[in-house]
Amino acid sequence: MALDPLILSRLQFAFVISFHIIFPAFTIGLAAWLATVEGLRFATGRAVYRRIFDFWLRIFAVSFGLGVVSGIVMAFQFGTNWSVLAERAGPIQGPLIGYEAFTAFLLEATFFGVMLLGRDRVRPGTYLLACCMVSLGTILSSFWILANNTWMQVPIGHEVIDGRFVPTDWRGIVLGPVMLTRWLHMLLAAFLTTAICVAATGAWYVLRDIHRAEARVMLTWGLGLAAVLIPMQMFLGHLNGLYVYEHQPAKFAAIEARWKDEQPGTEVWLAWPDAARQENLLSIETPGIGSFIATGEWDAPMTGLESFPEEDRPPVVIPFFGFRIMVGMGLVMLAVSWMGTLLRVTGQLETSRWFLWVTFLAFPSGFIAVLTGWYTAEVGRQPWVIYGLLRTEDAVTPALTTTDALISLVVFVLVYGILGGFGVRYIYKLLREGPSGPSGAAPGAYGSRRPFARGDGPGVADGR
Amino acid sequence: MEIFSLAHLWAGIIAVAILVYVLLDGFDLGVGILFGMTRDGAKRGPMMAAIAPFWDGNETWLVVIGASLFAAFPAVYAVFLSAFYLPVLLLLVGLIFRGVAFEFRYRSERIRGVWDFGFAAGSTMAAFVQGAAVGAMMRGIPVEDGQFAGTSLEWLHPFPVLTGIGLVLGYALLGACWLVLKTEGAVADWARDMVFWMAIGVLAIVGPAIVAALTVDMSPGLTQAAARFGMLSSLGAAVGFYALLLLVACARLRLDGMLYPLGALFFAATFVALAGMMWPYMIPYTLTVQDAAAPEASLRFMLFAGVVILPVVAIYTIGVYWLFRGKVASSEEP
Repeated sequence: MALDPLILSRLQFAFVISFHIIFPAFTIGLAAWLATVEGLRFATGRAVYRRIFDFWLRIFAVSFGLGVVSGIVMAFQFGTNWSVLAERAGPIQGPLIGYEAFTAFLLEATFFGVMLLGRDRVRPGTYLLACCMVSLGTILSSFWILANNTWMQVPIGHEVIDGRFVPTDWRGIVLGPVMLTRWLHMLLAAFLTTAICVAATGAWYVLRDIHRAEARVMLTWGLGLAAVLIPMQMFLGHLNGLYVYEHQPAKFAAIEARWKDEQPGTEVWLAWPDAARQENLLSIETPGIGSFIATGEWDAPMTGLESFPEEDRPPVVIPFFGFRIMVGMGLVMLAVSWMGTLLRVTGQLETSRWFLWVTFLAFPSGFIAVLTGWYTAEVGRQPWVIYGLLRTEDAVTPALTTTDALISLVVFVLVYGILGGFGVRYIYKLLREGPSGPSGAAPGAYGSRRPFARGDGPGVADGR
Repeated sequence: MEIFSLAHLWAGIIAVAILVYVLLDGFDLGVGILFGMTRDGAKRGPMMAAIAPFWDGNETWLVVIGASLFAAFPAVYAVFLSAFYLPVLLLLVGLIFRGVAFEFRYRSERIRGVWDFGFAAGSTMAAFVQGAAVGAMMRGIPVEDGQFAGTSLEWLHPFPVLTGIGLVLGYALLGACWLVLKTEGAVADWARDMVFWMAIGVLAIVGPAIVAALTVDMSPGLTQAAARFGMLSSLGAAVGFYALLLLVACARLRLDGMLYPLGALFFAATFVALAGMMWPYMIPYTLTVQDAAAPEASLRFMLFAGVVILPVVAIYTIGVYWLFRGKVASSEEP
């Protein structure tokens, strides 16, 4: 593979966004989880909820900070590496990304400060409101990002004037059915990711026989929430499949590794798709049911990749495996959450050590599902950056040289490596220490107002 | 051409956001630059404390500028960021390292020196590329078919390098003014001296910059810039010059309360002088405000963010500064 600005820019975007998405996926769920815990504390007044809240708030602050820092880079990349896209699609993507930035900014500037600093300065009801508003802010933030990405996947509500995409129907762009389906899918993915992490943390403490009261709450709520959410998520996933089938037939064929037109379609469960020979090796498949899975009809004709001009076909391997790994992780979450809830109800959860180990080891399942799901969606959209309208190869900055693109890629990998290394190590330390850790020695989030400016460092102004 | 349009409103909003950014992030970047000029731990603690509650709020104005440009002037966003590919990379890396230093320097005694270096170097680098970008803009940005049509080192010329150094000194000046306001004792005395020296430094850099512009780095763009130096620019330059002289005098007379306002006045006046030269171009000398504006439908959709969200943020920002008013405690290091 020859290195050129196009492939380097794609690698850089993929790397930066893969790093970035981990933190929002976690913090969207954590913000909702914190609001829930604070709500429980408000309603019951039990001290255990306060300890759990304080603990997860520290982790939230660090993740939020890492998400913000890596997100700033994302915001500039459209201009630095994809300037043709920025110039031509800016009239639509600009306001969507702009609203996201303003929303996140507003959130950062107002209620997050109250959440980190204001516990002793505002009334409990106001504090709970601040927690809810922070959660709402992260949810709105995801809303705008998904509106932007959905327009790139299924562009609607625009006309082309002088090569530029000019918006004609904002309501359709922002609130279209495809957008809402994809957004809810991402939102539930974030909630599930966090629910499983909370449950896994609880399982870890029970296995080490520490923080038992807090661990019980985390297990009950984490597994319970996941158990409720995962069937909804699977249904939304199905709806997403329908939109892909309807609007992005080439991506659908790639996900299914369907090379030839078929009627009825075969469902390939697992295989090694061989792009050179355009066939599947070592295929495990069930003939005749592919059509039913996709459409609900037994003999619907299914379009294979052969029906698309070669230059319009997406890669097959990443969408094919990405989709299957995502679904696999969904099944893991289903099994863990339902089994766990069953054990919890029958009172055997905290004595079933094997299951606690399974829950603990399931902690990355949500993250893996989010990443592979996005790989499926984004790689499957290729060779288009705006599906059917603008090719990725035509969107790259014309003046960009291979050297510059290589420099920036290497720099981002190094910087994120350092940043992620320290950040993850710090989060791991917080998690290992647990809720009732020495709260005096680790004032964490309370020292100051902001994620990276927490005043357990410098003595801050005497105004406080 | 219309006298007033949504495009002009957005250009105004962005101009105000840039000025707010320069006045606010300018002082905390400046403290970072000064941080690199002392090895004294007893100074470094209060210096960090003087900006800790404010810096990331200040930095978010940069995001507001970027987001507003993308939404309201996508052509400017596309050309500017691809013209400054390497400087933007340096800026982001600089901001990341100085940002994490606030957190990480207190987490590790052993490698604190590394984070401190990152803090000072990151701040200096961020200031330098911002200043260099201003100089490069004045030289003009080559554009073809709405896209940047130069090389990645296009910006690296004597004049932009001098404006870059100029802004490093300028931000250091602003940072020193801020430190006088927020600290006391030895740190404040040192900062007061730095106000004096940085002001002298800024004056000393402006001279060579003009000479460079007139001799070694004379480009068609700078000729244009000189030709566009009208009434407004003259006024801005004059006010800026006198603000700087007053600053030197006030630093010597220990009129501490006057320093930051005068520093801010100097920056605002310089900003007006530059804006007067560039208007109505957003990318000199090819894209005007009208050329680069997004369609009406985009500007209108985005309006809510500009006229409702932004003022709320501004009010809140004022609240934070009020909350953390007063001087930082002089006993430092946790």
